[in-house]
Amino acid sequence: MTKSVLILGAGSDMAKATARLYASKGYAVRLAGRSPERFETLVADLRTRSDVDASCHAFDALAPEGHKAFVDALPDLPDVAICFVGAMGQQSENAADPLKGVEVMRATFEGPASVLAHLANGMEARGSGTLVGVSSVAGDRGRATNYVYGSAKAGFTAFLSGLRNRLAKRGVHVVTVKPGFVATAMTEGMDTPKPLTADAQEVADAIFAAVAKGRNIIYVRPLWRLVMAVIVSIPEPIFKKLNL
Amino acid sequence: MIETLSGWGRTPRIACDVLRPRTEAQIAAALGRGSLIARGNGRAYGDAALNAGLTVDMRGMDHMLGFDPETGVLEAEAGVLLSEIIAAFLPRGWFLPVTPGTKFVTLGGAIAADVHGKNHHIDGSFGAFVDWIDVMGADGDVIRCRKSENGDLFRMTLGGMGLTGVILRAGLRLRPVESAWIVQETTAAPDLDALLNLFEAQADRPYLVAWVDCTTRGAGLGRGIAMAGRHAALDDLTPGKRARPFETPARRARRLPVDLPQLALNRFTARAFNAAYYRNGAREAGTALVDWDSYFYPLDAVLDWNRAYGRRGFYQFQCVIPLAQGRAGIRALIETVAASGRGAFLSVLKQLGPSSGALSFPMEGYTLALDFPRAAWSERLMERLDSITLAHGGRFYLAKDARLARGTFRSAETRAQDFAEARRAAGHSGVFGSAQSERLGL
Repeated sequence: MTKSVLILGAGSDMAKATARLYASKGYAVRLAGRSPERFETLVADLRTRSDVDASCHAFDALAPEGHKAFVDALPDLPDVAICFVGAMGQQSENAADPLKGVEVMRATFEGPASVLAHLANGMEARGSGTLVGVSSVAGDRGRATNYVYGSAKAGFTAFLSGLRNRLAKRGVHVVTVKPGFVATAMTEGMDTPKPLTADAQEVADAIFAAVAKGRNIIYVRPLWRLVMAVIVSIPEPIFKKLNL
Repeated sequence: MIETLSGWGRTPRIACDVLRPRTEAQIAAALGRGSLIARGNGRAYGDAALNAGLTVDMRGMDHMLGFDPETGVLEAEAGVLLSEIIAAFLPRGWFLPVTPGTKFVTLGGAIAADVHGKNHHIDGSFGAFVDWIDVMGADGDVIRCRKSENGDLFRMTLGGMGLTGVILRAGLRLRPVESAWIVQETTAAPDLDALLNLFEAQADRPYLVAWVDCTTRGAGLGRGIAMAGRHAALDDLTPGKRARPFETPARRARRLPVDLPQLALNRFTARAFNAAYYRNGAREAGTALVDWDSYFYPLDAVLDWNRAYGRRGFYQFQCVIPLAQGRAGIRALIETVAASGRGAFLSVLKQLGPSSGALSFPMEGYTLALDFPRAAWSERLMERLDSITLAHGGRFYLAKDARLARGTFRSAETRAQDFAEARRAAGHSGVFGSAQSERLGL
């Protein structure tokens, strides 16, 4: 039987690299996002490169009432589901306009958690599957420069941790991915430190390896684990005065 | 975003405003605010894909769009690398119809430079296998061109160095092969005449190229190793390989972690390297089965070998001399290099067939490619090589060029004026341009 992978939020460079990697390993690939017509060239690409079954599906993270129907309408319950969905927004806007902040939180936490919950229930009933949540180092500690997005990622990280705990004895594995800086369309123009910046292909390779090996929490660039350990350990009285 | 870019030779380096589009609309929106040039994977050696005003990095547009196993035509976006095409299609029995000496070039770049390969004397250049090209013109409209439809644009775009618009997509006819192996035939030639005679004697070989020693003077001047090849059929393989004809041992790509000091590649190491290469080639003369990667892309094994020439970068000089004056011209070039005492490390000699595009490099004759570290002596030496090329009716390869003087280029290229005028008439000048096209007045 052909295995299948579902990629939620398939519009990013990371998602493209991940879709290609799974297709090259023979997986059928389902791409999902708000404007699925945007994925048609990627569907053609996956079919052409790897001669696999590929399709695109409409999925709106901000409409959780439709998530069950979305999962039910997929050609099959996937073997692997990877969620890249999230919205960073602009911290200054998120801070000034709390409604904007709420939208970031919904797109980054509520939506991804909701759809993974439906997939988790299906996989639990089947007794197999892997869920991958792409969270963020930003969720490890709230910082003035992006705490709205960071808090949503913190919630998502905790959700994944609980889901992993719940499903551990049910044959379903949950992977938490913290990519760190990634050189993609989203970060172009930002000056990110080289040793901490992965490219989209590295993220894809790390996800594939983590799923294959059953890893729990991965930082794509291992140096991030150290950096975040330091950041998390700074006492609050000092931390609150830092510009990070 | 401003980034310092260079070509593969790492000179010149120019601070360029860089756009990395994911959609055609993003490219269209960038038109008309000064000139721009599309850039592939940055493997042109000089300034062909640099524009300080706007350089459009096409690597984000890298989708393969479809493949027809009946015709072998692959439709793909311009940013797809040739290495990706091989990875996707060699296991299914298809190979590139023409390939340059590196697989790390984009489809768009291969079309823009109308690259040639070891089979040019038989099959012609890359453009001979391009069915159609989608080009975004100055007004943002996308025009599909092919030989029989918008033929002028097609001919100008093949080898047109990105100066006729942004190449978005193309249809490329792949070549069916029975295996991933090459039957290689190595022959040593003790001097230049013997080497050029070999080209004639082996002209029926599908692939043919020679390494030539440019450090030895006197009787051994122009000695070299000819490497002919053909795709291995199933019958050429041992039973073990025949069972899996498309599996070859994976070559581990190495990196050069630091820039070597420019001194590393000097006249003494060049001479020693060339002598060792010749001895080795002479010893290994005969027929052998080689995997596709080692045969076509020996230099790709070290991912950033351009760092071997040090921080100052290097030049590649490549010209072609028409057949009638070929022997005399190539001899004069090699004599000049050898006499300088600064022999080039990697010198490649090949016979070319006729050209396809309006500004394509190849012509019936011999092409010689030489690497030199960037230095005052090498610049003086290359000016002498320019003169020899002109005196023998030759021309220069723009994909390699970083330094040619406008006057030299114009003397060599009777086609340049027509090309520049056609560009003006089509409204391309001022909209599409590179540091190179500015330098050469294209």
